[in-house]
Amino acid sequence: MFVSIVIAFIVGGLICVIGQLLMDVGKLTPAHTLSILVVTGAILDGFNLYEPLIDFAGAGATIPITSFGNSLTHGAIAEAEKHGWIGVLTGMFEVTSSGISAAILFGMIGALIFRSKGQQP
Amino acid sequence: MMDQGVIYFPSKPAIIGSGVVAGPVEKNSVFAQDFDRLYDNERADEDSNEKGHQTMVEEACQIALKKANIKQNDVDFLMSGDLVNQMTPSNFAAATLQVPYIGLFSACATAVSSVIIASLLTELGGSRYALAGAGSQHNSVERQFRYPVEYGGQKPGTAQWTVTAAGYVLIAKGQMNSPAVEAATIGKVIDLQQTDPFHMGAAMAPAACDTITRHLKGRGQKLADYDLVMTGDLGKVGLPILKEMLTKQGMAKQDVQKIRDAGAEYYGDDEAFLAGASGAGCSASVFYSYILKQLNEKKIERVLAVATGALLSPLTVQQNESIPCTAHAIEISMK
Amino acid sequence: MDPKQYDNLQQSISPKPSILKNCLKAFLVGGIFCTVGQLITYIYISYFNFTEKTAGNPTVATMIFIAMLLTGFGLYKKIGQFAGAGSAVPVTGFGNAVISAAIEHKTEGFVLGVGGNIFKLAGSVIVFGVVSAFVVALVKLILVTMGVANW
Repeated sequence: MFVSIVIAFIVGGLICVIGQLLMDVGKLTPAHTLSILVVTGAILDGFNLYEPLIDFAGAGATIPITSFGNSLTHGAIAEAEKHGWIGVLTGMFEVTSSGISAAILFGMIGALIFRSKGQQP
Repeated sequence: MMDQGVIYFPSKPAIIGSGVVAGPVEKNSVFAQDFDRLYDNERADEDSNEKGHQTMVEEACQIALKKANIKQNDVDFLMSGDLVNQMTPSNFAAATLQVPYIGLFSACATAVSSVIIASLLTELGGSRYALAGAGSQHNSVERQFRYPVEYGGQKPGTAQWTVTAAGYVLIAKGQMNSPAVEAATIGKVIDLQQTDPFHMGAAMAPAACDTITRHLKGRGQKLADYDLVMTGDLGKVGLPILKEMLTKQGMAKQDVQKIRDAGAEYYGDDEAFLAGASGAGCSASVFYSYILKQLNEKKIERVLAVATGALLSPLTVQQNESIPCTAHAIEISMK
Repeated sequence: MDPKQYDNLQQSISPKPSILKNCLKAFLVGGIFCTVGQLITYIYISYFNFTEKTAGNPTVATMIFIAMLLTGFGLYKKIGQFAGAGSAVPVTGFGNAVISAAIEHKTEGFVLGVGGNIFKLAGSVIVFGVVSAFVVALVKLILVTMGVANW
């Protein structure tokens, strides 16, 4: 368990460093950076490369946003395998619904109970 | 007339009252002891940021009136602006104050452009008393120009913190023992193709440079003729850029070094505020409290107050346009 | 002064971001978020009957719940200023983008304010995720049909 935590730490940290380099060196906004990372995750799964990374790094690969692109592609490909081209359309959210549904739900709850605090920097 | 955009006021319209209010973060400002009122709540206990902003504008105007002992009904004009879309806080405040009003927008430079117009109206004999000033409120400006307040984006060291404050003055016909608006220079819009919305200092410095140069030339003055030259919100990075530009134009280095910037000094050395303060409330709150106080106490006699403004919108930034900037200056003297 | 000359002057005075320092901070904080994610995964596997494969979804949901608390109490923006991509790239950053927009636009009402703006920042991630997944899956389907590649 300890080893896998260390691996998760290192791999997850490195993916964030790639993001930081896109922002600092590439002068991209956070939105552009995250979009690029998601697209990268989707493409990596096309080459069957992201799943091995998850097997190796666990949360180090599932927590960064790249994993969102991977799951979308993964769902689409899995359905395409079964149902052909219709599956490409329908399978996308098969694997990864929890990120979006949790974000919407907790966003709503957050809006209900919190107010923005601009008080301190 | 003298040089392009330079105005001289022979009747020397007087600043007979001023009101500055600010939010809770501004309690830590080095200028805080000169402010008239500090709110404990950034929304002034209203239910939205914009309403709180409006309340601060009203309160600052009321304080200015009270200090000068002038009734609301005797005020002929209100010249005001802020950074929220369509200047709604100023518009709503004008509805409450019931003073004839024109909303002005020069971004953060509205703090001075409003006073220029009010001085002109007074000079022309059209105004007995005119209120002028500007304000900004951190949350409402952040959410409009950048991200939601709670969004965890990383700002670079060149970014500035929008001040929550409003500063207003009451301008009357020239009289003894009040600071007088002697001259003013209206800024050109200068665009040197700077594009980084997190580096306003670099975008605005050329505008400040142009306005200061034109004002001195038009008035036949040197920097040394002033006890204080202060810019609005160039920040800790923008100010040295301005100094470098003025030095390169051949101004005496020891005089250039004396130029101060409200935004750079506003929050002291606190690194959490990155390159310092910005916003219409930044220049308005410092110019119309600290500077007027120094003049009234006769510690200084002649001041050039230069408010800088970046005339961008989120839309122009996203459409990859550069950031056009301006700077308006007023020369205030105390005799 | 022409824009190019001015840009040189400006850049000679403006402080540069310390890329190495920023990367270290991003590495550290991003790593910590993933470590927390790994621990949560273990909890789901050990106590709630999830497997290595299925624990991902509840882990992500839990991380977003944590992001809601951090955002609501005004801590996420502080972490974000320190960590940069370290807190933006993990799924908590996605959560923060959604939740901060929801809180911000509450004053405009729940339908047009919260509902209409909740994906203001995070929407592009979903859009590009979906479009790229579609293209990748379609290309792969064509290649497999042609017999050039395997699933």
